[in-house]
Amino acid sequence: MIPAAFDYARPSTVEEALQVIAEGGDDVKVLAGGQSLIPVMRLRLAAPELVVDLTRIPELRGVREDGDALVVGAMTTHSDVLTDPLLARYGQLLVQATETVADRQVRHRGTFGGALAHADPAGDLPAVALALDAEFVLAGPSGRRTVPATEFFVDYLTTALEEGELLVEIRLPKLGEDWGVRYEKFNRVAQAWSIVAVAAAVRREGGRIAEARIGLTNMGSTPLRATATEQALLGADVSLEAVTAAAALAADGTSPSSDLNAQADYRQHLARVLTRRALAAATGL
Amino acid sequence: MTVTEDAATVAPAKEVGQARRRKEDARLITGRTTWTDNMVLPGMLHMSVLRSPVAHARITHLDVGAAQERPNVVAVLTGRDLAEEQGSIPCAWPVTPDMVNPGHPSVAVDQVNHVGEAVALVIARSRTAAADALEAIDIDYESLPVVLDMEEAVTGGADLVHGHTESNTSFHWVFDAGEAGTGADTEQAFAEADVVVSRRFVQQRLIPAFMEPRSVVVQPSGDNFTLWSSTQIPHILRVMLAMVTGIPEHKLRVIAPDVGGGFGGKLQVNPEEVLCLLAARRLGKPVKWTETRSESLMSAHHGRDQIQYIDIAADREGNVKGLRCRILADMGAYLRLVTPGVPVLGAFMFVGIYKFPAYRFECDGVFTNKVPTDAYRGAGRPEATFAIERIMDELAVELGMDPLELRRKNWIDAAEFPFTTAAGLEYDSGDYEAATQQALQLLGYDELRAEQQRRRESGDPVQLGIGFSTFTEMCGLAPSRVLGSLSYGAGGWESASIRMLPTGKVEVVAGTTPHGQGHETAWSQIVADQLGVPFEDVEVLHGDTAVSSRGMDTYGSRSLVVGGTAVVKAAEKVVAKARTIAAHMLEASEDDLEFTGGKFSVRGTPGASVGIQEVALAVFASHDYPEGIEPTIDAEATFDPENFSFPPGTHICAMEVDTETGFVKIRKYASVDDVGTIVNPLIVEGQVHGGLAQGIAQALYEEAIYDADGNLTTGTFVDYLVPSAADLPHFDTGNTVHAAPGNPLGAKGVGEAGCIASTPAVVNAALDAVRHLGVTDIRMPLTPERVWRAIHQGGDGGDRATAGSNAYGGAQTETTAGVSTPASALGGDK
Repeated sequence: MIPAAFDYARPSTVEEALQVIAEGGDDVKVLAGGQSLIPVMRLRLAAPELVVDLTRIPELRGVREDGDALVVGAMTTHSDVLTDPLLARYGQLLVQATETVADRQVRHRGTFGGALAHADPAGDLPAVALALDAEFVLAGPSGRRTVPATEFFVDYLTTALEEGELLVEIRLPKLGEDWGVRYEKFNRVAQAWSIVAVAAAVRREGGRIAEARIGLTNMGSTPLRATATEQALLGADVSLEAVTAAAALAADGTSPSSDLNAQADYRQHLARVLTRRALAAATGL
Repeated sequence: MTVTEDAATVAPAKEVGQARRRKEDARLITGRTTWTDNMVLPGMLHMSVLRSPVAHARITHLDVGAAQERPNVVAVLTGRDLAEEQGSIPCAWPVTPDMVNPGHPSVAVDQVNHVGEAVALVIARSRTAAADALEAIDIDYESLPVVLDMEEAVTGGADLVHGHTESNTSFHWVFDAGEAGTGADTEQAFAEADVVVSRRFVQQRLIPAFMEPRSVVVQPSGDNFTLWSSTQIPHILRVMLAMVTGIPEHKLRVIAPDVGGGFGGKLQVNPEEVLCLLAARRLGKPVKWTETRSESLMSAHHGRDQIQYIDIAADREGNVKGLRCRILADMGAYLRLVTPGVPVLGAFMFVGIYKFPAYRFECDGVFTNKVPTDAYRGAGRPEATFAIERIMDELAVELGMDPLELRRKNWIDAAEFPFTTAAGLEYDSGDYEAATQQALQLLGYDELRAEQQRRRESGDPVQLGIGFSTFTEMCGLAPSRVLGSLSYGAGGWESASIRMLPTGKVEVVAGTTPHGQGHETAWSQIVADQLGVPFEDVEVLHGDTAVSSRGMDTYGSRSLVVGGTAVVKAAEKVVAKARTIAAHMLEASEDDLEFTGGKFSVRGTPGASVGIQEVALAVFASHDYPEGIEPTIDAEATFDPENFSFPPGTHICAMEVDTETGFVKIRKYASVDDVGTIVNPLIVEGQVHGGLAQGIAQALYEEAIYDADGNLTTGTFVDYLVPSAADLPHFDTGNTVHAAPGNPLGAKGVGEAGCIASTPAVVNAALDAVRHLGVTDIRMPLTPERVWRAIHQGGDGGDRATAGSNAYGGAQTETTAGVSTPASALGGDK
């Protein structure tokens, strides 16, 4: 539980950070909130030569509006997310999921961008970002590029971030009052990671479902969309029968892992039950 | 001012019984104390331990040359370097004359027998330098077959943990009531019974998970050594370390400073304590070792881990006729301080509070390639209580009886105490009916039963169940003669002394050693009453063999009932000595003095009085004292109890089970415990709450899991789930009070009761919720997956996958839990 020795840099602008990372050699790790990086360093699962700490870069922190989108700075902490007025109005799915992350101490240090860049399939926020079709703004030595969520999450703890790149912003669509949302998390003790969780956002028109977005946490090596369920819901009545039938498809195409919390078949069962519950709550059933 | 006779005879408020806030808490909670790891001594070196990543192997190559060259490394020591001087970790409880003890090196010499066993030590000038240098040690292992499953380990032809032994069985221990004369013939009772119910219960392996990791500092000074350790047992540790290392006992001082929890996990002579001492002796410098949490989980001793085959016999009316228990108890790879004694302690509690005419208990201690087991909160009694309270429910189902009616029919009635059970123990007192009535009220039993019925009839996905545990336990360890009859290596007395300082302040020197129990507060309350001095005037000293020379330390809910009694008896002696001096000062006869509220006064002579604190000053000056006595009123007492203490109680759990997901949630929990006279209600309630949390944790959350290669996959708190306050319900606690007859305080032990009683109540409640769905058993802990499988696929929920969770990249790793092979959780089922 004592990390190997490492060098440490604390830049104050994104530009400076990119430069430090570029000059830092092969083995650089970026420290956002440190709630995952520090434990893996203490366990010596990671032993970077240089740690670049982003906590003193003010431009990376905060939430703003940009037309139909909300732009969340990557270093916005979970606790900032929970108190932000824009997110309270347009980002309830993210707020609900963030409320379930670990405990108060972790939420004060951990960041939205850090959680996404770490891409832990058991983490709660990647599935939310995927469900909302978030856009990831990455800054690199040759400028900025935007990556859609479907391309950002590549594999277990692996994202589209290239060497030398930083995640700086996440763009989320504003969800208006015609949307209902629910983050349905299943774990054994309050501060634990999700065994399975479901992020659901549903837009209603009249008595019908006009749009449904469902993200699955910990059902594979990356967050997943329950596409079969989403399609089955399009144009469906807002009824328990329709929701239940669609939720039965939630685990289709998934191949989750088996561990001491859940074997694969039980995870798939949970995905179906939790999707039904999330949809029922999101549609006010 | 006129002092009236009336005012003088009004009894001052008693300290005992008051909910005093604990005087030690401010410094403990704020950390403003010197924990062992806070110690910094001039020239102090730091020890780091290289641990085996394999469960069973021969060491074929070990080269420490490169590690010795690392910066700031002072020495690297291996098992070969220390083989001649390290001796064996002692086992103080040879439960049978032919018990096989393979010996337990503190650092492995040529073979490792569990993951986490020490294989080499680095001593360096900083903690980080020592940790870094571990990577430079070159070591090769040749794998041996891994023995993990007890039922396989005891079959003929099984692979052996220790190649030089004949089998994996360390001992076979039997108690038979027929042979002991405490009951009828068990086989005959079963042959004649109307009904026999048999079950196999699994007590999973648990990790004590104390808050403060283990830590040791050794300071050599000439041929003297001072050892600070985060231990429960400084006195026992001193004796044992002297025996193991050959350092004369009088040259070794052991200090347990403030200690942050133990739960039995620090009732041990740890390999690292021996190694730190040997390293300090060799290098002539102070050496510190503090474990990491990963080291703690994989190398500090574990608890529980039994397979229990339980048979109960009864007639059709529900009168129990006999109990037969066969136990496999996992010793782990070695025998530590009281490893074999844990199941033997439990042997006396399987009959619970019931009047069994016949009883037989057999236990095999079994070696496996896992970390040794040893004492963990309750040590043997939780295992026994679980078995009897679970099998009583199973018998009730078989007979179609209400589980409480069956218990009531068979328990010892209040009028029958003292009562000698089939296990040969004489239970001192209790009123099980009164406790049960109070618990039913606290729970709101009738309303919850009605709700259970409604949910059942409507087919609610969330079902409700109610589970009982009507129990007692044996604590207050222990009568020395009884320990002797069980072949334990020490006695069970306790010692205390009281020093009266010239200003009237009081020092209580106790042989008990707290690690969170609040002794400073409770002992102060007792002494304040006994001597009639203010609570604030009492200081309690303990945990240092140079200050408190005699003691048996703290475990087994013994401190108050044994150690507190020694404090009372020492105080009585102080008063007796002071009476002689006071009589001299008042020019009265001792017989004419009465002692109340800290004052000796002459009967019938108003105003003629002297306080005991004034006597202390007079004796300090010693200008004028009676002929023929020593000029001191200090006193010492040693108390050896004649019997255990038996705190009974009724615990009732109401449990919601989500049949769709298997998630269980405690709806309500009510407990009524009888711990005799209560010295401090706040401390008692705290002990009950903590005990409940740990007992519930066994039922629902905690399990140490080894994969097929013997890697501990619950190697961090990501996977070894310790619940927090957020996961536990409100506890509705109550007490009945029947003063214990065995000690002058009238107190019974409370440290373990909550932990012992709660586990079966929780499991019985979950089963009660889903029994109508065909579920007859669910293995602990009741993970949602197990509950769901038991409901929907039958069986007891089965084995869990052994892979650790993938959170933050997999908390268990080669460095924390061994190496990857096709069979292991790292390469296998993940």
